[in-house]
Amino acid sequence: MDEEDSMNTRIAYIASNTFREAVRDRVLYNLIAFALLLSGAAILVGQISIEIERLVVINLGLTAVSLFGIVIAIFIGIGLVSKEIEKRTLYTVLSRPVRRWEFIVGKFFGLAGTLVVNTFFMAIGVFAALFYVSHKFVRADALILVALYFIVLEFVIICSLALLFSSFSSPLLSAVFAFSLFVIGSFAEDLRNFAGMAHGFSRWLATGAAYLVPNFSAFNVITSIAHEHPVAGQLILQNTLYALFYAAMALSGAVLIFERRDLK
Amino acid sequence: MPAIEILGLEKTYSVGFWRKRPKRALHPLHLTVEDGEIFGFLGPNGAGKTTTLKLLMGLVFPTAGSARILGCDWTDPQVKAQIGFLPEQPYFYDYLTAHELLEYYGQLSGVPAKQRKQRVEHVLQQVGLRDVQGVQLRKFSKGMLQRVGIGQAILHDPKLVFFDEPMSGLDPMGRREVRDLMSHLKSEGKTVFFSTHILSDAETLCDRVAVIHKGELRGVGKVEDLTSAVQGKVEVIWHGTQVPASIKALGAECHVTGDRVRAIINENQQEAMIDTLRRERLRLIAITPVRTSLEAYFVEKLRRAETTAGSTV
Amino acid sequence: MKTRQKTTLVATACLILSLAASSFVLHRTDQLRPQVAPDEVLFLSSPKVIERASLGYDGLMACIYWTRAVQYFGYRHHYFASSYNLLAPLLEITTHLDPHLLVAYEFGTSFLAPKPPHGAGEPERAIELLEYGIQTNPDNWKLYYDLGFVYYMELRDYKKAAETFERGSHVPNAHPFLKVMAAQMAQHAGEYETARMLWSATYQTAQDAQIKENAVEHLRALHVDEDVERLQHAVTRFGERTGRLPASIAELASAEGLAGTPVDPDGHPYKMTPEGRIEIRVPDDFPFATKGLPPGYKPAPKYHQLQ
Repeated sequence: MDEEDSMNTRIAYIASNTFREAVRDRVLYNLIAFALLLSGAAILVGQISIEIERLVVINLGLTAVSLFGIVIAIFIGIGLVSKEIEKRTLYTVLSRPVRRWEFIVGKFFGLAGTLVVNTFFMAIGVFAALFYVSHKFVRADALILVALYFIVLEFVIICSLALLFSSFSSPLLSAVFAFSLFVIGSFAEDLRNFAGMAHGFSRWLATGAAYLVPNFSAFNVITSIAHEHPVAGQLILQNTLYALFYAAMALSGAVLIFERRDLK
Repeated sequence: MPAIEILGLEKTYSVGFWRKRPKRALHPLHLTVEDGEIFGFLGPNGAGKTTTLKLLMGLVFPTAGSARILGCDWTDPQVKAQIGFLPEQPYFYDYLTAHELLEYYGQLSGVPAKQRKQRVEHVLQQVGLRDVQGVQLRKFSKGMLQRVGIGQAILHDPKLVFFDEPMSGLDPMGRREVRDLMSHLKSEGKTVFFSTHILSDAETLCDRVAVIHKGELRGVGKVEDLTSAVQGKVEVIWHGTQVPASIKALGAECHVTGDRVRAIINENQQEAMIDTLRRERLRLIAITPVRTSLEAYFVEKLRRAETTAGSTV
Repeated sequence: MKTRQKTTLVATACLILSLAASSFVLHRTDQLRPQVAPDEVLFLSSPKVIERASLGYDGLMACIYWTRAVQYFGYRHHYFASSYNLLAPLLEITTHLDPHLLVAYEFGTSFLAPKPPHGAGEPERAIELLEYGIQTNPDNWKLYYDLGFVYYMELRDYKKAAETFERGSHVPNAHPFLKVMAAQMAQHAGEYETARMLWSATYQTAQDAQIKENAVEHLRALHVDEDVERLQHAVTRFGERTGRLPASIAELASAEGLAGTPVDPDGHPYKMTPEGRIEIRVPDDFPFATKGLPPGYKPAPKYHQLQ
């Protein structure tokens, strides 16, 4: 189908251009900071007890991967659409046979792709640091890949949210919204418990909020895999589905808003 | 088939904190642009020219009305493959080079890979940016960006191009090149729709113009037709060093340069002038009609509009 | 250009001078204001609040608090502190954030229960900590061992210790040692051999250097206690046989048929007072010894004591 092909190629071109923009914006320099952090920690950690060196490197490494990535996702994501509107670079793009929704989807894949590449390099760093302190690899280290996969799923959700905010809000406000949602997302379980205990209107409000807000608690398996506890296959499947559905929801919202927007 | 048919497009913005104050950027506009012509869209700043263009490009949604571009509904995405757009004071991804930008836009316009390379090279040559094609756009001057803008508008060989203030930021050489380009486009059978507030450009290039002011269309037609509506004058040149009293009596303005005298008189005074010159035995060199400039027409139209509206700008 | 160079010079000089001046003033101000020991402050003390504040990154927070707990104890222990108020909260926070950080429970066993300056002197909190650990790590037999250890060593509750070891022996894959210890408690609770078995087990299974060191000190103390008791009995027997005290350790040794003078684990010979008391030559080297200490002995404060 010719039309479908062109649609996919246009999305692919927009995605790869978004990636190119991120790289030229020197986003990958964050890897240097990450490498320094991890190396410093790996060397210092040798001074604490044996046995938990591995624990510390895994905890610190994966937490850093997660935090660095979320910061990048938000900082780049919030400007993805609003910057183009403000700088009017969109005018000449939308005067071409590019649908507005293709633009949004392309930008999303570009940002997500950037983060996947970034995570890949960071993963190498984590394994290198682990090898440095343990001098060997154990089978349980494969669990680190599962943790990394979940972190990438978190990025997918955050990217879609940042894009949603970018489609109608200024970068500053979008940053505030996105960070707030990330924080609330880590309390999402409490919100659901609260909803269970509340009554009447506040129950409806809390339940609504609890399901609308991204729930990250199931994605954070860093502590478990640091202790070499296995991760259920069922969880992997469900997290994947949740991330996909949630991102689809946020992107649909972004498309709905963007389709109707007058570009000043 | 007309290239563009604007059928009552209008745009009202709601401004103010509670969005209660409506601001009419464009009154219902009816306009037709024929295939293969260079059409000028004239008006002072804030008249609604850019709003019209943004409506046609689908960047802004109309409050009412519709349009047809190249026979299709203006919202049809396929139509975009046939048109090119140069916005006012364009800005492009500054981390890309000129070559990369055109390549990317070619991809988005659906130009097949084989042709793309050729077209990019050709267009870079046409707009005079071949030597700087590897330089990042953030280092480009305003004039160079304007050229890139023109380049991306014609890259995919569209049938119809929209230029919003294409001469802005260009030096006289550049403006000449753009004028030549637009003529060249016309010669290729393309339609050019451009907006400007510089009347001299419109005069030299356009087949037809439309004048818009405060969101309302004030006049459409061929340049000659519009200007001839205002009373014509004639320029008479004869040999001499003085202005005879009888000619002065006609109330003409005369200039003496060397052994020639130039006088501007009304068209209807032509016969009287010729008789006077014969009587004074002055040798006539030339009689040329002086067409009122578009500027005069413009100023006249706007002044009249203001007096009717009873408001000042 | 000359004005620019002048400005550069003046600005650089101003920068350096004001930096020096502000640092100097700050230093003086520090000396004026009362010193608050930095490690005695725990801004957030509720484990639940800290868990929320860590935004899901519990594991790393646990490592941070664990490191803090180790350093807190190590620093104060080095200066023979008389209190360790923050140790229990820090360990509680650590284990709340990461209930599977087993080394934290071990640390609590060794250093929460004993009295200052060797520990925080809070055996009840150690028991609470360990019970929490058992609850969250039901498959871990070592925690039962630690709990039993606390009952035995600090509370001298041999019955409870035996019960705990018994409970622990039912955990799948439990070390058979637990059953042995349960039995040992029942019959030989107060004996040196029992204590030695426990401290050896602690030494072998410990993950933390401070815990290991602590275990070694206890084993050395046991060795000395046993030696002193044995020698003291020998003195008594000598007295019963000869009706007088031995003239010297050497005479006692030859009477007992020992080859050479009895020495402590450091190689220093034991000494005997004129009253016939056996004493350790350098008591400071054996902080946990309970026998062979001169009357009125107090450990010499090496450094300015921390409150």
